[in-house]
Amino acid sequence: MNALAPKPAGDAAVPLFELRGISKSFPGVKALDDVSFAIWPGEVHMLLGENGAGKSSLMKVLCGAYTADGGQFFLDGRKVEMNSAADARQLGVAVIFQEFSLVPYLDIAQNIYLGREPKGWLPGTIDRGKILRDAKALLATIGFDIDPSTPVHRLGVAQQQMVEIAKALSQDARILVMDEPTAALSDRETELLFAMIAQLKVKGVAIVYISHRMAEVFSLGDRITVLRDGKKVAEAMPGQSSPDELIRLMVGRNVDTSYPRNFAAEPGPIVLQVSNVSSPNGIHDIDLVVRAGEIVGLCGLVGSGRTEVARAIFGADKTSAGEIRIDGQLRSGGPDKASRMGIALIPESRKAEGLALIRSVGDNLVVSALQKLFPLGLFVPQRAREESGALVRQLRVATPSVKQPVGLLSGGNQQKVVIGKWLAAGAKVFIFDEPTRGIDVGAKAEIFALIDGLVAKGAAVLMISSEQAEIVHVCDRAYVMRDGGIVGELSRQQLSEENIVRMGMHHA
Amino acid sequence: MTDTTKILPGGARRLHISADVLQLSYRLLAALLICVLLSLLTDSFLSLNNILNVLRQASLMFFVAAGLTLVVLTAGLDLSIGANVGLTACLAGTVIHVTGSPTLGVLVGIGVGAAIGLANGIMVTALRIPSFIATYGMLWILQGVAYWYMAGETIHGFPPGFRQLGSGYFLGLPIPVYLLVIFLAIGTVLAQRTTWGQEIYAIGANPVAARLSGIPVAARLLLVYTVSGTMAGLASIIFLARLNSAEADIGESLTLPAIASVLIGGTSLFGGVGTVFGTFIGALILTLVLNGMNLLQISASWQPLVTGAIVILAVWLDRMTRRRAF
Repeated sequence: MNALAPKPAGDAAVPLFELRGISKSFPGVKALDDVSFAIWPGEVHMLLGENGAGKSSLMKVLCGAYTADGGQFFLDGRKVEMNSAADARQLGVAVIFQEFSLVPYLDIAQNIYLGREPKGWLPGTIDRGKILRDAKALLATIGFDIDPSTPVHRLGVAQQQMVEIAKALSQDARILVMDEPTAALSDRETELLFAMIAQLKVKGVAIVYISHRMAEVFSLGDRITVLRDGKKVAEAMPGQSSPDELIRLMVGRNVDTSYPRNFAAEPGPIVLQVSNVSSPNGIHDIDLVVRAGEIVGLCGLVGSGRTEVARAIFGADKTSAGEIRIDGQLRSGGPDKASRMGIALIPESRKAEGLALIRSVGDNLVVSALQKLFPLGLFVPQRAREESGALVRQLRVATPSVKQPVGLLSGGNQQKVVIGKWLAAGAKVFIFDEPTRGIDVGAKAEIFALIDGLVAKGAAVLMISSEQAEIVHVCDRAYVMRDGGIVGELSRQQLSEENIVRMGMHHA
Repeated sequence: MTDTTKILPGGARRLHISADVLQLSYRLLAALLICVLLSLLTDSFLSLNNILNVLRQASLMFFVAAGLTLVVLTAGLDLSIGANVGLTACLAGTVIHVTGSPTLGVLVGIGVGAAIGLANGIMVTALRIPSFIATYGMLWILQGVAYWYMAGETIHGFPPGFRQLGSGYFLGLPIPVYLLVIFLAIGTVLAQRTTWGQEIYAIGANPVAARLSGIPVAARLLLVYTVSGTMAGLASIIFLARLNSAEADIGESLTLPAIASVLIGGTSLFGGVGTVFGTFIGALILTLVLNGMNLLQISASWQPLVTGAIVILAVWLDRMTRRRAF
């Protein structure tokens, strides 16, 4: 399995593009660790890995957005430099990101030739006829029949993707990197994309294809590379592997995390009940319950709708169907109503959504509890200081005083302030969205101890995490999401990283 | 004042003096310095008449700027206050003329001002129009209505009792100065000592986090714009009483100086930082400087230039003393 995969059946003697020993570090993280792989002309090379395995970093290295700390690049067997986006373009590498970089109010032809327009006969003008003709011809080669003077904002997602690909080809791209290209496509559009990929293969273009859908990996891929924790763990041919084996390779790490958790014998009554909830931003038919004293995980890939579920429960986004009940009482209205019913949201982005960074630790700690602490509406600074001081001691927030601007604290201490804000408000349902993101290991354990303390006192906790190890260690149960819906529930006994990944991915 | 300012946002420096207390002290010091300078340079500055005049002028400017301060604290702007003063003065003036009842006029002025503010608030919250644009459009609309309504006429001559509001004295001090003290107290309590005030600061510091902390953001913004409009309505009454006449354009020159007072007073256009008391000092500094220029017989055409320079200097000094590490 880990032996070198055979060369392709074609007549190429050397790979079109090759990476050898690519490494990239960020403070505290080794994003890529000695990654090598070869891309052959006319091949689709599948790249697999969990969230955070290093796919995005590799993609950014390939498009020149990151400069690798170490390693070498070879094009047609010749050693080349890859230090900037200009280098990448020069070498014929183009990346199609999930977020397109098209200018919506320009037309297709203008977008394809943006910044490289052929000059007209008058100085400063553009040969409009030529770019329209060229664009038309180019689009025909990938089987896309459309008027190139159509503004891009009128196109659907699939068509915009086609334009991105045409743009890349117009720059003589020979290596196309595609990041989950089918994520936003319908079945019909996916077929069109696959037909186009077949045409590109005939032209000798090499494709690096990142996917979370097992069916695609096996039907489309000529070669598969699995990344885990920044390392390449396997290279395989689709005919010689199985989805189960690949999943094992993706998650098979040794996790030495021992988060404190005292599992209760019997959970209490249902506190949070979500029935049949759908929302305009992509989640549908969500059914879940969280009981008092329970930590329930909400897993799935990034973009599967986890955050949207959290926001819907909290009233931050409108729902289009279904109902949410707290202790049997219907929740309606926005976050202000939700927080008064005892729901707390600890959002993924602390700095942008959780805290007022310029305000003090004390101000942030009491902001959600103002109505509870001061029912008459008269704010008493002394009382607020007592309350926030008590919370700082209880949560052991490392701060010189409650007057310190919260923006000056470390990530872990900021997170404690966000949690403390809801303790002050007397919340009983806590929704954590990636509670340990950007927090160092020691602080993580403290945060989990805090969460454990909450459920021990009867709180109901719903926890979103991309770190499956956390879910497995901490949760009583977990729901797994895919494409905006819940696809399964795992009991404490069934909870394993492999099961989470298997459920969250697409199968044939 | 020191007690209330202790809990203002911004946190403490090492000395346990909050940045806000420091900034207010700087500003009071600057105002004092200007006073000393002017009393040395001119004979007339220290005359009782002149000092009372300065206080009255500063009060009038404060009335227009006080409500605006709350709006700016939420990172918004209300450009319609001047036009609001203009239109409400004309309407209230008409009511007093027609009915002969100053009480009714005052109620109408304050009511119309509040309604205009509420309309601004609805545009900003329900229609999600940026406050700058909503109130800028409102400025033109109010001006248009005032010009159409007045058709170039002037309403002149009000009952002497009513005029006392603007030009009368009580125990040797102009009536507007008493009103100033009252509204300064109300504004400070509202901002510093109510949960609404705390929520207004929180919204200005980070509106997204404020909403996700359970603050009813739309309701608080409605309140803030309505207060701003109400204060403009109140200011229009005082102006009416002081000028003893109403014309369509009496508010046109008020908006920019009001914004200047807020900025000189240390309230940040980015929201979440500032005090109502600061705005009073801002209005005082601006009035002192303009008064001083008059006394020194410097041509009035220099006044805008000096105002602009003071605003820039004040904001720059704030940035220097209140560096943010994040």
